[in-house]
Amino acid sequence: MELLRFATAGSVDDGKSTLIGRLLFDTQSLLEDQLAAVERTSQARGDEYVNLALLLDGLKAEREQGITIDVAYRSFATAKRRFIIADTPGHLQYTRNMVTGASTADLALILVDARKGVVEQTRRHAFLASLLRVPHLVLCVNKMDLVGYDADVFERIREEFRQFSMKLDVTDLAFIPVCALGGDNVVTRSGRMPWYQGPTLLHHLENVHIASDRDLIHLRFPVQSVIRPASTKQFHDHRSYAGQLLGGVMRPGDEVKALPSGFTTRIQSLEVAGRPVAEAFPPMSVSVTLEDALDVGRGDMLCRPGNPPTVGQDVDAMVCWLSDAAVLGAGARLALKHTTRMARAMVKRLHYRLDVNTLHRDVGSPGLKLNEVGRVTLRTTVPLFFDAYRRNRGTGSFILIDEGTNATVGAGMINGPAVEG
Amino acid sequence: MRYELSPLEALEAESLFILREVASELDRPVLLFSGGKDSAVLLHLALKAFWPAPPPFPLMHVDTGHNFPEVLRFRDERVATLGARLIGVSVQEAIDAGRVTEEKGPRASRNRLQTQPLLEAIQAHGFNAVLGGARRDEEKSRAKERVYSFRDEFGQWDPKNQRPEPWGLYNGRLRRGEHLRVFPLSNWTELDVWHYIAREGVALPSLYFTHPRQVFHRDGMLMAHSPFLPLLPGETVMTRAVRFRTVGDMTCTACVESSAATVEQVIAEVRASRVTERGASRADDRFSETAMEERKREGYF
Repeated sequence: MELLRFATAGSVDDGKSTLIGRLLFDTQSLLEDQLAAVERTSQARGDEYVNLALLLDGLKAEREQGITIDVAYRSFATAKRRFIIADTPGHLQYTRNMVTGASTADLALILVDARKGVVEQTRRHAFLASLLRVPHLVLCVNKMDLVGYDADVFERIREEFRQFSMKLDVTDLAFIPVCALGGDNVVTRSGRMPWYQGPTLLHHLENVHIASDRDLIHLRFPVQSVIRPASTKQFHDHRSYAGQLLGGVMRPGDEVKALPSGFTTRIQSLEVAGRPVAEAFPPMSVSVTLEDALDVGRGDMLCRPGNPPTVGQDVDAMVCWLSDAAVLGAGARLALKHTTRMARAMVKRLHYRLDVNTLHRDVGSPGLKLNEVGRVTLRTTVPLFFDAYRRNRGTGSFILIDEGTNATVGAGMINGPAVEG
Repeated sequence: MRYELSPLEALEAESLFILREVASELDRPVLLFSGGKDSAVLLHLALKAFWPAPPPFPLMHVDTGHNFPEVLRFRDERVATLGARLIGVSVQEAIDAGRVTEEKGPRASRNRLQTQPLLEAIQAHGFNAVLGGARRDEEKSRAKERVYSFRDEFGQWDPKNQRPEPWGLYNGRLRRGEHLRVFPLSNWTELDVWHYIAREGVALPSLYFTHPRQVFHRDGMLMAHSPFLPLLPGETVMTRAVRFRTVGDMTCTACVESSAATVEQVIAEVRASRVTERGASRADDRFSETAMEERKREGYF
């Protein structure tokens, strides 16, 4: 059994909460007291039916305003897979929340209203999913009941989205016509759309192939901490390096190179809490014992000698700006966290602001405002050990932190080393 | 060879990563250990994360004075076995000193009173990261909480102003007086916790398994008969075979009738249950639709 993380996106009132509610309800993931609470609230609000969307609005302000404020995480399981849903709201702060939700997702689920078809929000969400390189994309055409379960409507939307997505970097794309309210094609196959031969949404979620989405070739092990028990007799000479593997496979006996020192040695053992493991692969958290005592600490990285990441202080990246208090422009100085490494960074150049609706590049932009995306060149105080985000989401991503407020204000995806230096 | 982790292994890897991030980035962490199943699992993970070194932080427990004796006994045994340091925070002391005021009436609970002594202890010890075993599946406002949950100098949680955590890149930077609540078990469910207890042989208080107990019905729940919970007219005490799904203050933690005596039997029972853990056993969540959120905003764990 595997764990599949997926993020949902869609405009307000596309029925996203209803779809998730339906998915949970039809997989028997909802329990009696949760349903009773929803029934009570639905009744109190005067809803005509049990409003499954209420399950998802966990905060008082959300229920009062009938909107979703922030990402919520929910779990459910079937016999085949375990799922974690990052439920991201379609509202104002869409980029900020979608970046958070989609950054670790294996799959993005975008909802469109069958009556409205592909709208600006659909294009924006699809673009963000492709920017964040979510490996699998599903377009759910919802509210099919309101268009008479018409195959032509579905086909038209499918064709329109396919045309648009050719401009994006989307590798796996599926289309499913559903009615979240009635449950058609969500968990059970609908008798009302006999023209649709594909899988139900749940069947697709259960079977989409995710095992090959990770990089098992390029060893990337950022050191989180050095484990050195103080003064216990038994472990007097113990020194291991703890961390979570972001790429590649490690085995005892493998030759490894430590960055930034550049020294090479071999892996003596790999352990999880003292239990030796024969192999480690992403996303395992292990501790590594090396044959030689090297100078290795937090923020350093182990890789293969012939296959290192890029080492450099000049980085070309796409940044999503998440702050409503400040603007990101050339000259801005920020703290930067990349893998387990902290640095300070200066924005040397803002190349352009990307209009996430039209994909137009605004080269004259003075700065990025909340929820805007742009391409920047950064200079960091210490070298980073990075890969292009398209190669590795772990070593290709970073966050920017405002040094005054300590707020997380930016999410970055590395294109590669900056060419102009 | 398929390079695949089971969901439980993936959750464990994530939790170990979070525990190590906290210990690396924050100089004064503490782990809340009540003796309940979630904190027992969290402590077990902390032992793994830093092995063979001991976890680089003390343990802390907020004792309402109305806790189950079996749980306190288990807590003390565990702490003694590990040779760990336990910081005890007493709600009774805070009441005696007049720092908090006890609720009145037969339904009075000290659960909410934990917040103030907890915040005082965090401040007195200068803790800047408080690790806890809360899970997103417990309650709908918990589902909205980040792994690193930022608290201002008043210990308040502002759900509208949370730090984004893309790619699991956690931001542990704080100003003086602020702290983080950190939840390494965020993505676990009740069933995950039980599967992990089974896999790892995590020890638990006897309360989690079936035993005869004097109980009475209140508000559709089975409450343990104790001096802390005076009976209301019409309530009668009877003996039933019960177990607890959560442990907390005796005045607001209910039990369920059960014959589950082993971890495997508990797993089967949880799997078949049609009521959530909190729905089955937490009276304090029933005050209002937003009871948990309101407590959390104030600084409740």
